[in-house]
Formats: sequence, C-alpha cells, structure tokens
Amino acid sequence: MENAPSTLIIGIGNILWADEGFGVRAVEALHRLYEFPENVTLMDGGTQGIYLVQHIEAAEVLVILDAIDYGLEPGTVKVIEGDSVPKYLGAKKVSLHQTGFQEVLAMAEMLGRYPKHVLLVGVQPEDIEDFGGSLREKTKACIEPVLKAALDWLEILGIHASPRLEPLPESQSLAGGEVGISQYEASRPEASKACRVGDERVLTQEGRTVGYRPQSVGQDAVSVDVDHRGKY
Amino acid sequence: MTIKTTPNGFTLDNAGQRVVVDPVTRIEGHMRAEVNIDENNMITNAVSSGTMWRGLEVILKGRDPRDAWAFTQRICGVCTGTHALTSVRAVEDSLGISIPENANCIRNIMQLSLQVHDHLVHFYHLHALDWVNPVNALKADPKATSALQQQVSPSHPNSSPGYFRDIQNRLKKFVESGQLGPFKNGYWTNPAYLLPPEADLMAVTHYLEALDFQKEIMKTRTIFGGKDTHPNWTVGGTPSPINVDGVGGVGGLNMASLNQVHQILKDSKTFIDNVYIPDLLAIAQFYKGWLYGGGISGQSVMAYGDIPDRANDYSPENLMMPSGAIINGDLSKVHDVDLRDPEQIREYVPHSWYDYPDGADGLHPWDGVTEPKFDISTAKGDRHHIEELDEDAKYSWIKAPRWRGHAMEVGPLARYVIGYAKGDKEITEQINFVLKTLDVPVDALFSTLGRTAARGLEAAWCADKQLYFFDKLMTNIKNGDSATHSGDKWDPKDWPAESKGVGFTEAPRGALAHWVKIKDTKIDNYQCVVPTTWNGSPRDADGNIGAFEAALMNTKVERPNEPVEILRSLHSFDPCLACSTHVMSEDGEELANVTTSPIGL
Repeated sequence: MENAPSTLIIGIGNILWADEGFGVRAVEALHRLYEFPENVTLMDGGTQGIYLVQHIEAAEVLVILDAIDYGLEPGTVKVIEGDSVPKYLGAKKVSLHQTGFQEVLAMAEMLGRYPKHVLLVGVQPEDIEDFGGSLREKTKACIEPVLKAALDWLEILGIHASPRLEPLPESQSLAGGEVGISQYEASRPEASKACRVGDERVLTQEGRTVGYRPQSVGQDAVSVDVDHRGKY
Repeated sequence: MTIKTTPNGFTLDNAGQRVVVDPVTRIEGHMRAEVNIDENNMITNAVSSGTMWRGLEVILKGRDPRDAWAFTQRICGVCTGTHALTSVRAVEDSLGISIPENANCIRNIMQLSLQVHDHLVHFYHLHALDWVNPVNALKADPKATSALQQQVSPSHPNSSPGYFRDIQNRLKKFVESGQLGPFKNGYWTNPAYLLPPEADLMAVTHYLEALDFQKEIMKTRTIFGGKDTHPNWTVGGTPSPINVDGVGGVGGLNMASLNQVHQILKDSKTFIDNVYIPDLLAIAQFYKGWLYGGGISGQSVMAYGDIPDRANDYSPENLMMPSGAIINGDLSKVHDVDLRDPEQIREYVPHSWYDYPDGADGLHPWDGVTEPKFDISTAKGDRHHIEELDEDAKYSWIKAPRWRGHAMEVGPLARYVIGYAKGDKEITEQINFVLKTLDVPVDALFSTLGRTAARGLEAAWCADKQLYFFDKLMTNIKNGDSATHSGDKWDPKDWPAESKGVGFTEAPRGALAHWVKIKDTKIDNYQCVVPTTWNGSPRDADGNIGAFEAALMNTKVERPNEPVEILRSLHSFDPCLACSTHVMSEDGEELANVTTSPIGL
C-alpha cells in the first residue's frame, strides 16, 4: 500500500426520509467526532447520483455508508467488502436523475477508475416511509458500530482517525446546520398539523402493505440507494 | 370501448391492446404510463399516472423560512440548486428583501451552470441511448468514425482513428465480459435504432467524454456555494463574501477561485459548441423522419422566465430567459403569466387521488389543499397490483395544474417556442440554424426530436450567458462593489406578522414555483408546483390530456414489448420521475423488464 492513499468516506441517502438518511447522518457523526489526515475526504453524498462519479474515480480507498436492504432485522449492521459490493442493479430501475449509486460504481468501473479497496457498511432500516422524520432509535444506535467497523477496516489499511477533543458543533456539520439532526428533529411540525406520509391515510388503510424491498431481486442483488427499493 | 375527442384536440380510442410501462421512483413519486395500441401498433390512447408527494408543507410547516432552501434542495437529487434558488426567492418576495447586484450575477451563474450540467448529463447519460446503440458501435470502422468526427466538428481535438479504436476496444472488452455496465438492459436489436455504427461509436465516445467533463461544471457551484455536493444558498444574497485580495480557500471568493470559475465557464462553452451541438445535429439527421411526440408543444406552452439581468426585477422585460404563455397554437400572441393571480394557475383534481372541500373547482397554490382520496375501485387488479388504471376515474397522484384552464407543456422546448414567438433574436437565430442544417420545416420543432434539440440549444445559450454574468460580476468588483449579501430584514424582528410570496425559476425541465405563507416568523404553508406536475398531469374535468399523454399519442411502437418509442418521448421531457421497470401484457403477465437508458432511468 502506498503512503497516504486518496480515501473517500461517503454517506448516501435522503435525510428527509427517516432511516433513508442513515448514511448521511453517519458520515456527519464521523466528521463531528473524528479528525482525519489530508488524504481522507468525508462527503455527504445525498442522492446526487451521477454527480458523484468523479469523487469515486478519484478514490483509491472508498467507504460507503448507507441504508441497505438485505431483508435483515431492522437495525442489523452488514459489512460488505471488495467485489461483493454490488455494482449492478438486480431488478428495478429508477428515477431519471437520481442515478442509483450502484450505477455510479458501474460507470467508474467502465472508465477503468474503480477504487482499489471498497467497503460498504450498511444498516437494515426500520422505517423509510416517514417523510420529514429522522432516524429511528434502533437505526441511530447503529451509527456507533458502523463507524467502528469503518474505522477498524481503515486502520488495517494504515489510515488513522483521531478522536476530536470536543465534537464539532452541529452548525459545522457536513450536511449544513440548517438540516443538522437535532434541529431537524426538534422543529418538526406536529403530525396533527402536517400529515407525515403524504398520503398516510391511504397507506395505513387496511389491506395495504408498506414494503420497500425490490421485487424479484436475485440473491446477491442489493439496493444500496433509495431509488432501487421498488414500490414507489 | 369508447372513442372521445378531447377539447385540446386529441382523439382517444381505448379499444386496442393495452401496454403498461410501470416505472418507479421515490423522490418525486411513482410514474406509470399506459397506452392502447391499434392493429398497426399506433398509440391511440395514453394515460400517465404518478405519485406526487405533496410533502413539502409537511416538513416545512413551522420552520424558519430562512432554512427552507436547505430542505427543498434535498427533495430530489438533481434539481437541488434550482429548488434552493426558488425557495430563497419565495422568502425574499414574501418579506420584501432585496439582493445586491453581485448576488444576482452569482445566482444566475449558478443557475445557468446547473442548466448546462443537467442538459449535458441528460442528453448523454439519460437520453442518448434512446437514439444511440452502443452494441452497434462495436461494428464501426474507427477510420470512418474519425472522418465523421472531423466532418461534424473540425475543432474537436479527440478525433484520430486510434482514439476511436481504443474506445471501441474498451467497449468491446466490457461487452464481452458480459457486463454491459451502464449499457445494460437496452433493446439493442430493436429496429427503432437508426444510426450507422460510426455515429453510434462517436456518440458513445462522447458519452464517456461528457462523463469526464461534467465534473468540471459542478465546480462552479461548489466555489460560489462554498461547499461540495450541496452548495450553500442564503436569503438576501449569496453566502460567500468576495475578497479579491484574499488567499487560501476559507469561505471567500478570491481572484484564484474567480479565475478558476472563468476557465470552467469558457471550457463549458467549448464543450457544448464542439461536442454537444454537433452530436445533436449528427444524430438528428438520421432521425428527422421520426417526428412523433409533439403533443401539445405546438399549441399550449408556458414559461415563467428566469435569469434577471438586473437584481430584484422579475418583470418579463428584465428576464433573459423568456416568459409567457401560448395557447391554441396562436404564436402571434404571447400572454403574460402572473403567478399571484388566483384566476391563472389553478390545480384541479377530478382525475387525481385527492378531494377538494365544498365542491371547490380549481385552487390557486396559495390556497392549495391536499386531501388524499385513493380510489381504484374501477381499475383492473387490486391495490397491491394494479393491472390497468381507469382513466375515466381518478388515476394519478399528480394534480392537474392548468393555466386559465389549459393544459400546458413546460421545459426547454416551451421556452424556445415562446422565445421564437416573441422574436428573441438569439433564440430565433439558433432555431433557424438547426432547421436549415437539418433541412426541415418549422413544424419539425413540435416533436420529441424538437424537444431534445431545444435542450441542446438552450445549453449553448446558458453557457454563453454564464460568461455574460461573469463579466458583469468582474466589472462590479473592479468598480469597488463587493457586496454579496444585503443583511436587509435578516432579523425576524423586522418581519410583518403575516406575509406571503412566490418565487419562481426555470428549472432545467421547466417552470418551477414555490408559494410560501409566513406567519409569526414561521412557515405557515408551503406549496411547490414542479415542472413534472405540469408535464405529467392527468386529465382535467373537461377531458384535456396532459403533455406526457399528448406526446405519446399517435406514435408507432415497433415492438410493444420493447417500447423504446414511449421512453424516447417521455425522456425527452427530462421528467423528474422514472419511466421504466416492467411491461405487462393485457392479462397482466410480465413480458419484459424495460430499462431504458443506461443510467438510472
């Protein structure tokens, strides 16, 4: 391993959809708690899709933090490494613009600039149907073990993080203070004032199931991004 | 079976085989297209259905209006900056806040940069593979491709036979490995693809070049917004102070960063002029006989306008990107559009899964109501698996916005038709150049191809205007004006107890507006009408079909289980919805996975 390999730690997902925002919230927490050497970049990838491809290409070491769907118990942490990280979509294709993150990995590979070392640390979400909601307690509790898994793996590659003496204030968080997690949670309008699922009264009708796994995924196919989860 | 003629001039016949294209997305909702085709495979009826999560009022109610932009830019992955800009404009309008000239220049450059970026990525990475066949590119002769390249764009440096041979080998290796990667799931044997192998190879090569170049475009927004991936915006101006004598990169704009922006803007223009436009014309030459998909673009188009030349003046005369409405195909009259007038923009729900109180007819967004009423009792199938929607009943989560009762198309083609009708000099010159080069009449503009062409021309226009505003900004700075934020009424103490406002922009895919009501310094109501609500709208009470539906009508589908023509026309709108998952036959049996463009579709 060369000295100081270019390293990207990226959180993926949409913070407006409860557990769907796990990746972004996790990388935010990492940023507030740890300092890294200059060769390491922490990034709030949001749902930027194709606009992220240059960052993937530029990385020798890539860590992806995300909510994933392996059909596990909610709140289960799953670590996937190297070639096992899915680059191709098994089943459903999606939005025109929100290029799925897997497609971005496929593009980087096609360009011949795929990171040498790749780690995906994912969490099985509990609820991603709650528009305007934050992480569920179970999912939030996964931030610590997810960060530990990522840091341990980086350590083996010789990439060291140092804990900050004081965590950075939320106003300096990666995603921006306006959407910092505590303000995001505290200022949420009450459910009585603003229904939280767009069409909640429809979704909760008897007989309607709320499932977000892709239909007919192959055994190895995994959704790494919100828009591959089928249903909507 | 019924045959109906809509007030906006389409004859709908739902007798033939029903083909369902059911796509999926989360952020803007789920879109599904159903068509009936006759024995000649012509589309005789079109139904577009979508979920529009009216979720913004949900997350924004009670929050600080100065933070709204940060939430709205998270709605979707690609309109980020446009939503943020629309939001700060709505709040500024509501509170009567002015912004400095420099902030106007910077916002315009950021918005134009997003247009250039989005149009380029849409053309090469989302839409091109509806016209370009990468598998066919393997058959190309690299020498002939090189000759073609030099013919269509003599000043583009990457044109040697060796260069194209290398790309072709790379592509071959990829295809032979069984992993088509982003080119997976295309209909590569479909006769709808008309390009010779050399044109396919040239276009695929530029797919890769554009992928490489697009990252530069993003840097403009990163520099002005002070942050990567999700740039900062602010009510009252722009967030980064100008300090031309400063060094280092901490938060401010100095000469080094401004020079970097200047270089990117120049390179963007070169790339659009040397690659995008020549490719567009080269591809269009082979498809100019395929003039389906015009829909309502020849009769009803609308734009709010954008890119104010001087700060704080949103009148049509000051907006460089044209505004107005054309109805009934009368290009001699462009009507003014007033977003505050309750009689002009109204949303209707007779075919949408909502209910209005007390028999209300249409509602202006300031008074918008979102009361779901999901009813598929007359559709075929059940709520877990809808086989066929009933377009005579409610069938979409998208409301039907109308301008004075008319279904309208929005987007680059709408803007260009309006600019042309108003006699805008640059737009008219661009359009005439394309018509002359392709040797087609002006009516050819009203088509899927015309929509795709207008997007390319607009990218060139935007690349040009970026440089205009950069020069303007530099002149201001040289004259000693470095203000980027007014600070005016930043403090909620200075706000009225109640206020309301509207902010609008032209998003890459069309007219976008946010309506906000502020009460006791907090957001009381927030409504967005996004471009895809206009284009993807369902029928209204009078039976007028929406722009997507109209664009699908009377199109020939070569292979109903490979509906590339449907995707081609839907993609030409650059919809903020998905258009592909699987196609069902009449009895609901899955025929094929339909995936359209390479990425993300």
